[in-house]
Amino acid sequence: MPVTKKKPVKKSNTIKLKFDTSWSYDPAPESKSAATIKPQYDLFINGEWQKPLSNKYFATINPANEEKLSEVAEANTADVDKAVKAARNAYEKYWKKMPARERAKYVFRIARMVQEKARELAIIETLDGGKPIRESRDFDVPTAANHFFYYAGWADKLEYAFPNRKAEALGVAGQIIPWNFPLLMAAWKIAPAISTGNTVVLKTAETTPLTALKLAEIIEEADLPPGVVNIITGAGETGAAIVNHPDINKIAFTGSTDVGKIIQRAVAGTHKKVTLELGGKAANIIFEDAPIDQAVEGVINGIYFNQGHVCCAGSRLYVQESVAKQVIRKLKDRIESLIVGDPLDKNTDIGAINSRSQLETIQKYLKIGKQEGAEMYESSCPLPKKGFWCRPTLFTNVAQSNRIAQEEIFGPVLSILTFRTDDEVIEKANNSPYGLSAGVWTDKGSKIFNMTRRMRAGVIWANTFNKFDPSSPFGGYKESGFGREGGLHGLLPYLSLKV
Amino acid sequence: MGKTIINKSSLSISENGLEKKTSSKRLEVLKTYKIYIGGQFPRTESGRYYIPVNAAGKKLANVCLSSRKDFRDAVVSARGAFSGWSGRAAFNRGQILYRMAEMLEGRKAQFIDELIQQDATKAKAEKEVNLAIDRLIYYAGWCDKFQQLFSSVNPVATSHFNFSVPEPTGVVSIIAPQDDSLLGLVSVIAPVIAGGNTCVVLASETKPLCAVTFAEVLNSSDLPGGVVNMLTGKPSELVSWFVDHMDVNATIYCEKDSITQKMMREKSALNLKRLTFYDKVNWYSEEGQSPYFIMDTQEIKTTWHPVENIAGAGGGY
Repeated sequence: MPVTKKKPVKKSNTIKLKFDTSWSYDPAPESKSAATIKPQYDLFINGEWQKPLSNKYFATINPANEEKLSEVAEANTADVDKAVKAARNAYEKYWKKMPARERAKYVFRIARMVQEKARELAIIETLDGGKPIRESRDFDVPTAANHFFYYAGWADKLEYAFPNRKAEALGVAGQIIPWNFPLLMAAWKIAPAISTGNTVVLKTAETTPLTALKLAEIIEEADLPPGVVNIITGAGETGAAIVNHPDINKIAFTGSTDVGKIIQRAVAGTHKKVTLELGGKAANIIFEDAPIDQAVEGVINGIYFNQGHVCCAGSRLYVQESVAKQVIRKLKDRIESLIVGDPLDKNTDIGAINSRSQLETIQKYLKIGKQEGAEMYESSCPLPKKGFWCRPTLFTNVAQSNRIAQEEIFGPVLSILTFRTDDEVIEKANNSPYGLSAGVWTDKGSKIFNMTRRMRAGVIWANTFNKFDPSSPFGGYKESGFGREGGLHGLLPYLSLKV
Repeated sequence: MGKTIINKSSLSISENGLEKKTSSKRLEVLKTYKIYIGGQFPRTESGRYYIPVNAAGKKLANVCLSSRKDFRDAVVSARGAFSGWSGRAAFNRGQILYRMAEMLEGRKAQFIDELIQQDATKAKAEKEVNLAIDRLIYYAGWCDKFQQLFSSVNPVATSHFNFSVPEPTGVVSIIAPQDDSLLGLVSVIAPVIAGGNTCVVLASETKPLCAVTFAEVLNSSDLPGGVVNMLTGKPSELVSWFVDHMDVNATIYCEKDSITQKMMREKSALNLKRLTFYDKVNWYSEEGQSPYFIMDTQEIKTTWHPVENIAGAGGGY
């Protein structure tokens, strides 16, 4: 007689918290009244607000409700030329001649004013970009102010930074920034450039111009000599006009690897110095001996911070097989508890996707992931009717060759892969054209240093993730770009060293 | 080919091994100039050769005219050697660079001789060889010091320990200077390997002899095979592959040719190679050596780790 086996009952030791019913938060929205947004912005050139020669303006919207916030000028080639001339003039006339200690004081002054207007800047950042107010308030704005404060102090100390060399400013720097950290990226670019004695033409991202324009108001208020910092708005063509302008000495770009490569080709045959801070597909590695709960929290922060619109996001999770089941379960539970919705609400964890086109890119990859055979899991949270939204999502059963494990998605989408040995995971983690950041979670010190040494990336977080500081150099290996921003190493991209 | 010196010794050895008076002449053994890939001395896979000529019109040798395939083989060797070489203790790399200087010192006469064949005066040849030896000593000393100079512990505001260190960028392709065929060559290779990179080098087209002989010095200096790979041939044929290859991380070029420089920058965008032009460097001067040359093929890696209980985190243990 055949023995009939009783099917074992699946036992689970976890008690799931029912966040949807038992726990809910009342709305706690930040007030829009603390911020002033003008209906229209001109270009900030030569210390004044100038009408664009293009005569064109375009709207910037709130991605959380698709409502128009303001309209900004579209700078064309002639506007860029005007800005570069102003920057050149300011370089020759004021900035080059000014004693470094005085230059420093201007930058300190900007830092202080950013702090003074922190609340307003945070609100505008959240309105224009869709990121949770908690992040713009606690991270973007204070870090931007700190960046100015940090580099201000370097201005009159450059002779200590490069032994046996004389550091000289380059001249006019053309700077192009992305939409994921609009104010912070402006600070990352402007602070080291002007502290080291250069003057600047900065172009904001098309979808997020407002905080940089607010920064222009601060710079105006700080009484910086006219033309030292010029801030212009526009799209790709405006950026191209900056890159191709013959009187620019330095190009600093943060954005996609594709555009970075175009810039590298465009500056061929010129003497423009270039730094590129480009895309990434960071590996975040969890070993079985890691403090699992902290690791899960780190992974969540690593990929869902700023809706995953982070070039150094930990978008590839490698979990050691022995703990994979446990980690995936905890991750699923955790994303269920993330609050998605109104970016201005102080309880919100995940805000709006920055733009319609970015949402389409993310949705394309969700489709690709499923087609490639990976299993998709997304939070069951409701999404607002208007605006651009994406639930926090993860893929399991991902193969190393899958596009969702190779290409940058730039959204709240985590690809989970597993491994058995150290050598295997190093091989897999480094098997990427990118090399911006990486993470490792383990309680064993010697293993941490083995991993951090062998991972080919510019920033390695061990038992932490997505941490930034003005004194900490940031930048990539391989196709994630070259040059560093932040810290002592962030000075060199804006200097030439003379014997 | 080469210089055929007829040895007019009046002594020679008879069949039974005894010296006897004779007027017979000794024919010099000519050297075959081969390329150096993965610690071996193959001929070019292409089977091609070219004959560089000195100012007097004298043919120097049948030199390998390396192909794109040779370059690809060399990159495979260089990539294979990278993990081992970059993983070595910096102190050990310093010892090996010092050993290279020792080996070069021991073969000084041969290098002087080759430089004279390639149009140098005796005095200039001696000076170039001496400087090349000293340059290796200079970079041998830097191997375990530049990291300290260019590293930093960063005082971040959060409760983290954070530090930045230089790390080698990977495989570097080098088009060595056309002039200063020994000193220039040594000056561009030494900082690259002192920093833990591996490289593929294209020797001076018109003056390739010292480069091949230098490869023999490398081969007897405990330098692992594949760390330096030496090709001879024409930059006009090979430069575009040197800057095009997807498994090369950085490229160094030393000529002023602006058309080539433009082409190189365009092609380098393919995988965002780090591109350095040493077109204004006088290798004989003080500015021909510095740790900043090492830094040209280094990346900066920043590492973060939390620190428990600082900055008023309260109680703790």
